[in-house]
Amino acid sequence: MKDVDKSFRKDTETEIPLREELQPRTVTAPDGQKIEIDPLQDYFCQEPPKVHKQSYLKIVEDFYNWARANSLWILGFGTGCGAIEMRPLMTPRFDAYRYGIQWRPTPRQANLLVISGYLSVKTLKRAIRAYEQMPSPKYVMGLGSCTINGGMYWDSYNTIKKLDEYLPVDLYIAGCMPRPEALLAGFMELKKKIRKGEGEGANKYAENFDWYKANQKSVIKDWDMPDYNW
Amino acid sequence: MMRDLYDHMKTRYRLGDLTEQRANLAFVDVAQDELRALLVELRDVHGFTHLVLLTAVDWIEEGRFQLTYMVNNRTANLTLGLRVYLDRKSPVGNTIHDLWPTAATYQRELREMFGISFPGSPRVDEEFILEGWTDMPPYRRDFDTLAYSQQTYAERGGRETHDPRDHMQKKLYPEGRP
Repeated sequence: MKDVDKSFRKDTETEIPLREELQPRTVTAPDGQKIEIDPLQDYFCQEPPKVHKQSYLKIVEDFYNWARANSLWILGFGTGCGAIEMRPLMTPRFDAYRYGIQWRPTPRQANLLVISGYLSVKTLKRAIRAYEQMPSPKYVMGLGSCTINGGMYWDSYNTIKKLDEYLPVDLYIAGCMPRPEALLAGFMELKKKIRKGEGEGANKYAENFDWYKANQKSVIKDWDMPDYNW
Repeated sequence: MMRDLYDHMKTRYRLGDLTEQRANLAFVDVAQDELRALLVELRDVHGFTHLVLLTAVDWIEEGRFQLTYMVNNRTANLTLGLRVYLDRKSPVGNTIHDLWPTAATYQRELREMFGISFPGSPRVDEEFILEGWTDMPPYRRDFDTLAYSQQTYAERGGRETHDPRDHMQKKLYPEGRP
């Protein structure tokens, strides 16, 4: 790159203090008992995700995969401009419901997270929380060139450029923005992958959990949540 | 219309030259200590009741920030931009959140993106858009956003850019410029 300032160094020393309500503290109960509270340890489960083992029979696993492929529930979480493409998709114009693909309002009821466009660091934090709260097996689709290599936000100070460093992506859909037809084709492709048993994103995330966490924490400087938020 | 207003105000305030962009849009430089009086008079006497925007420009070569207060008179369809210059080393602006409550949001943004402080403005020191930002304010011109993103975010290989000028030169004169 020609137009980059070689002498510019980003600030790597300054630490963000933990939010006040998350700091360890001592609380006095009504009966005078003193209780030590560490909110990040006590209020959340710290158990890391586990790898979900395959069934002992291939035919059973194939049956599971067939069932998984036909039960895609998308989390209604729009991260960038691509969220606008989901509206015609879920309404009669393109009608994704005829493929058995529906949107749910909460991560607990969804198993497909569509990262619809650029992901700022602030939104990445929410996307990670949403992803980790979804029940396994779960899938991630990256939409548009922003999630693939940064797209038009390639030099942005606040936007990640490579989504699969932070979340296990099963499928990318190229375009800026991809049309709803491309999304439908992507859903069909994802179904094929799941039926073949290649939709192993959740297991990949559990296996490389430390790597993903290190990448996420290198970007999100004010990490004020537990390491695993399920 | 705008010229009449300018001549009228010029007798009592230290104003710079009037830059007329259109018949109903003009800009003028004002002194920082007179800004508040000027805004109050424009709002209450001359009908400029709407604060369109408050934004900043970083004139790094001149070592100063420019604040632009754009006010609008809806009935007469006039827009006037007031330009105030602040020292770039210690930029402190005058808060006008009591004149227009929306200004508090603009001032919070300017605080975060340019590092211009507005003492007294509500919640001005809280995070606005960025979370956990430790570097210099990102809209300042000495903040190199490309260098920052290269040092912070992982990149996928294979991304090339071709400057059209270099590309055509190479194509037309492969041995170098004649």
